[in-house]
Amino acid sequence: MSSESDPGAYWRANIRLVKACLVVWALVSFGFGIILRPLLSGITIGGTDLGFWFAQQGSIITFMVIIFFYAFRMNALDRKYGVDEDGGVEVLGDGEGLR
Amino acid sequence: MSQYALNLLFVGGSFALYMGIAIWARAGSTSEFYAAGRGVHPVVNGMATAADWMSAASFISMAGLIAFVGYDNSTFLMGWTGGYVLLALLLAPYLRKFGKFTVPEFIGDRFYSRTARLVAVACLIIASITYVIGQMTGVGVAFSRFLEVSNSTGLFIGAGIVFFYSVLGGMKGVTYTQVAQYCVLVLAYTVPAIFISLQLTGVALPPLGLFSEHTASGLPLLTKLDQVVTELGFASYTEHNTNTLNMVLFTLSLMIGTAGLPHVIMRFFTVPKVADARWSAGWALVFIALVYLTAPAVGAMARLNLMETVYPDGATGESLAYEARPDWMKNWEVTGLLSFEDKNGDGRIQFYNDASEEFAATAEAAGWAGSELNVNRDILVLANPEIAQLPGWVIALVAAGGLAAALSTAAGLLLAISSAVSHDVIKGTLKPDISERGELLSARISMAVAIVVATWLGLNPPGFAAQTVALAFGLAAASIFPALMMGIFSKRVNNIGAVAGMLSGLIFTLVYIFVYKGWFFVAGTNQLPDTPEGWVFGISPLSIGSVGAALNFTVAYFVSRATAAPPQHIQELVESIRLPRGAGGASAH
Repeated sequence: MSSESDPGAYWRANIRLVKACLVVWALVSFGFGIILRPLLSGITIGGTDLGFWFAQQGSIITFMVIIFFYAFRMNALDRKYGVDEDGGVEVLGDGEGLR
Repeated sequence: MSQYALNLLFVGGSFALYMGIAIWARAGSTSEFYAAGRGVHPVVNGMATAADWMSAASFISMAGLIAFVGYDNSTFLMGWTGGYVLLALLLAPYLRKFGKFTVPEFIGDRFYSRTARLVAVACLIIASITYVIGQMTGVGVAFSRFLEVSNSTGLFIGAGIVFFYSVLGGMKGVTYTQVAQYCVLVLAYTVPAIFISLQLTGVALPPLGLFSEHTASGLPLLTKLDQVVTELGFASYTEHNTNTLNMVLFTLSLMIGTAGLPHVIMRFFTVPKVADARWSAGWALVFIALVYLTAPAVGAMARLNLMETVYPDGATGESLAYEARPDWMKNWEVTGLLSFEDKNGDGRIQFYNDASEEFAATAEAAGWAGSELNVNRDILVLANPEIAQLPGWVIALVAAGGLAAALSTAAGLLLAISSAVSHDVIKGTLKPDISERGELLSARISMAVAIVVATWLGLNPPGFAAQTVALAFGLAAASIFPALMMGIFSKRVNNIGAVAGMLSGLIFTLVYIFVYKGWFFVAGTNQLPDTPEGWVFGISPLSIGSVGAALNFTVAYFVSRATAAPPQHIQELVESIRLPRGAGGASAH
C-alpha cells in the first residue's frame, strides 16, 4: 500500500471517524434508549417497545460494534498514512524494551 | 456433601488458584509492577479489565437495582458500558502511546505542572479509596453469608489474599489473577441465569428469554411482569416514570466517570502496542457485556419469580401463608436482609406498594394493613440459585463469584493508589533520584499500607459508604476525564487552564453533592432536601458529574485562551502521542 506521510491529514481523518462513531454512540443510548423512545413506541418487541430494547440491550451491542469498527478503521488509517507501529521501533515482550 | 462443605470447596479452591497464579507471576521490576512489563495480550487484558471493572456492585447489586425499578434504571446498563466507547476512541490508545505508568504522570507532563499532577493524585486517591470501601464490605458480607464466619474475619481473609498477590506481583500478579477471577464470576453469573430463563420461558439464553413468551401464562414475559406489578400498585416495569433530563445526565455521568477512573485506564498501559489498546477496549466490553446483557434478564425474571412466590394465584388471589414460605426465604431471614412483619395478623404475606395513594383503597378493601415483606435488593443475585432450586454446587459457585468480583476490583483500586503514591508522590515529587530497586520497594510498601487502610475502613465504614459511588464517579467525571481528553485533543490548553478547569469541575461537583448529601456526608448538614423536588432542574447529586465535566472543559478553554500557549516541546509531545509509530521508544526513560 502506498503510504502518504502527512500527520495532519491522518489526524483529521481520525477526528472525522471519531465524530461519526460518537454520533452513533449518542443516538443509540441517549437517543433511541431515552429521548426518542416515544417515537419508537409503535415498534413492539417481546411485550414492550424498541426503545426499551435499546436501553437494556441494543445500546450495549452497538457499543461493541462501534469499538471494533473504530479499531479496524484506525489500523487501516495507520497503515495508509504510514504511522503504524510495525514499521517503527520493535516492542519487546516482558519489559526489556522499556528501560 | 453439605452446602457448607461445597461453599468451602469452591471458595477455597478459587483462592488457592489465585495464590498459585501470584507465585507464578511475581514482579521483578517497576515496569512489571506498574504495567505488567507491557506484555499482556489484548484479549487477556480485556478479560482482566472486565474483572477489574465489574465490582461487587455490578455482580451483586445491579440486577436488583433494575429488578425493583425497571426501565428507569437502564441508566446503569448504558452508563457502565458506554464509557468504554469513550475510553477506546478518546483516551486509551493515546495514553498507551505516551507510555508512562500512571494517570497523574500524564497530566503532570502534558500540562508541565507539578500542581496539576498533585491535583490528579488527590482526585485519584479520594475516588479509589471511597470505591475500595464498598469492595471490602462486600467481601465481608459474602463471607458471612456463605462461610458462616463473622464479617470481620471474612474481611481479614479477603484482605490477606489481596495482600499476598498484589504486593508480590503488582500489576503482573493482579492481571493474571483478574483473568481467573473473571472466569469464576462470569460462570457464577450466567449459569443460574440460564436455568431461570429455561424455567420461565424455555429459552436458554437469558437476553433472548427477556423478550420471549412466559411459558406459564402464554403472555410475553415483560407484559406479564408489567401486569403483575401494576396490579399491586407498583410503577410499571417497562415505562419511563422519572425526569428525562436527569436520566440523560446520570447516564452521561456514569459514562464519563467510567472512562475517567484511573484503575480502569491504567489497565491499558499493559498492552504491547497502541493498536492493541484499541482492540483491548473492545474485548473488555465483550467480556463485560456477557454479564451486562444477562443482568436485565436476571432482574426482570427474579422480580417475576418473587411476585409469583408471594402471590401464587395472582394478585387477586390468596397470598402466600407465612408458614408455607419456601426455604430460601427462611435462609435469608437469618441474615436480616429479608424480613416479614404480619401487620394485619392474617398469617399471610402481603407485598404491594403501600406508598401509592391510588392503590390504598384496593388494599384496604382486601384487608391489608401495609406491605409486610421487606426485601433487600442486594440479595436477588445471591439468592437466585436458591429461588430457582438449583443444585448446591451452583450456590457455591455464586459465592465464589461474588468474592471474585469484589477482590478483583479491590486489587485494581489498591494498585492505582499505590502506583500514585510511589510513582507520582515519592519518585515524582519527594525523591526524584530514587533507584529502581528503591521505587519497587516503595511501591510494595505503599500497596501494603493501602491494604491496611482499606481493611480498617472496611471494618469501620464511615457513614458515607453508601454514597461512595456518587463521589467516585463524580470526581472521575468532573476532574480526570476532561483533563486527559483536552491534553490529547487540544494543543492550546495550558498548565493554568488545566488546573483551573480541574479545580472548578471538582469543587462545583463536590459542593453540589454536599449541599444535598450533607457536608462531608455528615447527616443533617445538608442545606437542601435530597428529593427530586429539591434538585435544581431535577438533576440529582448523582448526575452532577457530567455538568462538572462541562464546566471543567469551559473554564480550561477560556483560561487557556487568555494566557500563554504551551511551550514548543509540549506541542511536540501532543503531536507525538497522536501518532502510534514508536510506542516502544516513547516509553523509554
